Amino acid sequence: MTFHDVFTPFGIEMNSMEQPIPIDINLVSSLARIELTEEESHKFASQLGNILEYLGQIKKVDVTDVEPMAHAFPIYNVWRDDVPGENFPVNKVLMNAPEKFNDQIIVPKIIE
Amino acid sequence: MSEELFHKTVSELSEMLKSKIISSEELTNAFINRTKTLDVKIGAFLSYDEEKTINQAKESDKRRARGLSLGDLDGIVIGVKDIIAEEGQPLTCASRILESYISPYDAGVIKKLKSCGAVLWGRLNLDEFAMGSSTESSAFKTTRNPWNLDYVPGGSGGGSAAAVCSREVPVALGSDTGGSIRQPASLCGIVGLKPSYGLVSRYGLAALASSTDQIGPTGRTIKDVAILLQAIAGHDPRDSTSYQADVPDYIGVFNGKNYPKVIGLPKEYFADGIDKDVSNAVNKAVDFYSKSGFVMKEISLPHSEYAIPVYYIIMTAEASSNLARFDGVRYTRRSKNTNNAMDMYFRSREEGFGAEVKRRILLGTYVLSSGHHNAYYVKAQKVRSKIREDFLRAFEEVDVILSPTSPSTAFPIGEKLDDPISMYLADIYTVSSSLAGLPAISIPCGFSSSGLPIGLQLIGKPFHDADIMLTAKKFEENHDFANRIPNMV
Repeated sequence: MTFHDVFTPFGIEMNSMEQPIPIDINLVSSLARIELTEEESHKFASQLGNILEYLGQIKKVDVTDVEPMAHAFPIYNVWRDDVPGENFPVNKVLMNAPEKFNDQIIVPKIIE
Repeated sequence: MSEELFHKTVSELSEMLKSKIISSEELTNAFINRTKTLDVKIGAFLSYDEEKTINQAKESDKRRARGLSLGDLDGIVIGVKDIIAEEGQPLTCASRILESYISPYDAGVIKKLKSCGAVLWGRLNLDEFAMGSSTESSAFKTTRNPWNLDYVPGGSGGGSAAAVCSREVPVALGSDTGGSIRQPASLCGIVGLKPSYGLVSRYGLAALASSTDQIGPTGRTIKDVAILLQAIAGHDPRDSTSYQADVPDYIGVFNGKNYPKVIGLPKEYFADGIDKDVSNAVNKAVDFYSKSGFVMKEISLPHSEYAIPVYYIIMTAEASSNLARFDGVRYTRRSKNTNNAMDMYFRSREEGFGAEVKRRILLGTYVLSSGHHNAYYVKAQKVRSKIREDFLRAFEEVDVILSPTSPSTAFPIGEKLDDPISMYLADIYTVSSSLAGLPAISIPCGFSSSGLPIGLQLIGKPFHDADIMLTAKKFEENHDFANRIPNMV
């Protein structure tokens, strides 16, 4: 017996998830810059399809004239006075960089 | 004497320090020894730095000897979830990708705690990048529930909750994005507070979902939680979403009698399907409040059923953006198997992230991607507005809202690991208040027939954190759930 056989809070119908959304897992993983093994691709494609089907229930809600909410309370531009402060020392900025030289981070060649 | 120190609360320890019955070094050693004895079984700690911790305690004792004590928290031991930066200490977020990362600076809350003289003991386990409800997605270890070692402590802050519950620390800091302080507090039988969004600085907190992330305290009593909140709350110019207002006196409110009067019971939260032991315990709490002179009122939060989908769309979208920074360039881990920049990105992330983090980054990437952005992300933001409106309308009639914290008690380790939706549903009563930015507290309110703790959640109006603590205190004063100790402890 799994969790959602027992609990159906808010009357959520967990058994309605029989038609997972088909997704192009290769496109999504390339956008996300994550390499996936064949096994992972297969597993995630099926799990994400099920999850998306479940998340899709918000389509039912009427949101005519509703503003999208990005913050818990209204935030406008936050300004500070243009006064120079203390700088974060370069050695601290770079202390976690995997490869560095002359106060700079070494990366693979990006321009051919 | 000292073998009992770890059973004391912050208030008690603070009094003992003030009257010089004990030194900070003595009490710090008590918790260090406690951790070394017990954590083999519990697994709450990812790392600790004994020398640094003892030095902080010695500094505290020196200050006190010179009459320069910094207040209630000076010399008190505090645990920190390993997602909040402390200069010179590891900050792994329980992820392989940050396995060797050392914080170059202090988080806003750590700076504040240091200025109060707190002794910071150890880095506490969590789900990888705080993504999970059981602490099982940690890349490094499984944390066990002190009430039953075969059960999860909840998550993502299972390390913080288990460490407080087992008396390895008197209080700890956690972070709550959709329930990560409250749900583990509920499952471990302790107190956990998610402050109003904006009350506590997020500077130095590794970001999961920036629009709901909030740092907060866990402890064994409401007063201890209030003492810790008092120390960490307040505006920080380094967090642009930090709320600009004076911090109220959270400790002083307990001396007054200015109780909230009307408690709202959302009918959607008391529907059929909730665990019987949980609903019995919560209904008893409702009876208690009713008999204690509070007015109980049924309310409706009609968009509750959409809270989980809205939360998992917004949280994964924000997380996929926030975690884009871990690309192999700047943050310690770079794959050795790379020929070019693209290899570096793809392979460093493949090697560094665990399954749940990958799943959520992929989901967040999908809901933000061209062609799906409006249907999922923007739509979810609009439904989020409706969820917040539901609360604000309810708060025109009531002062505090009462509900269970979690639909169930702790579940066995491994039960939901491969069933993400069922794991997501563990957050069903906590995500709404996160989406709306409201303060919410979980307190112990009973035990199941199998001896596992049950949590009660109280949700307040924005920036009325004191209201929920005061209402919770009424319950705590008349029940002894907080004093029960797990057998193994």
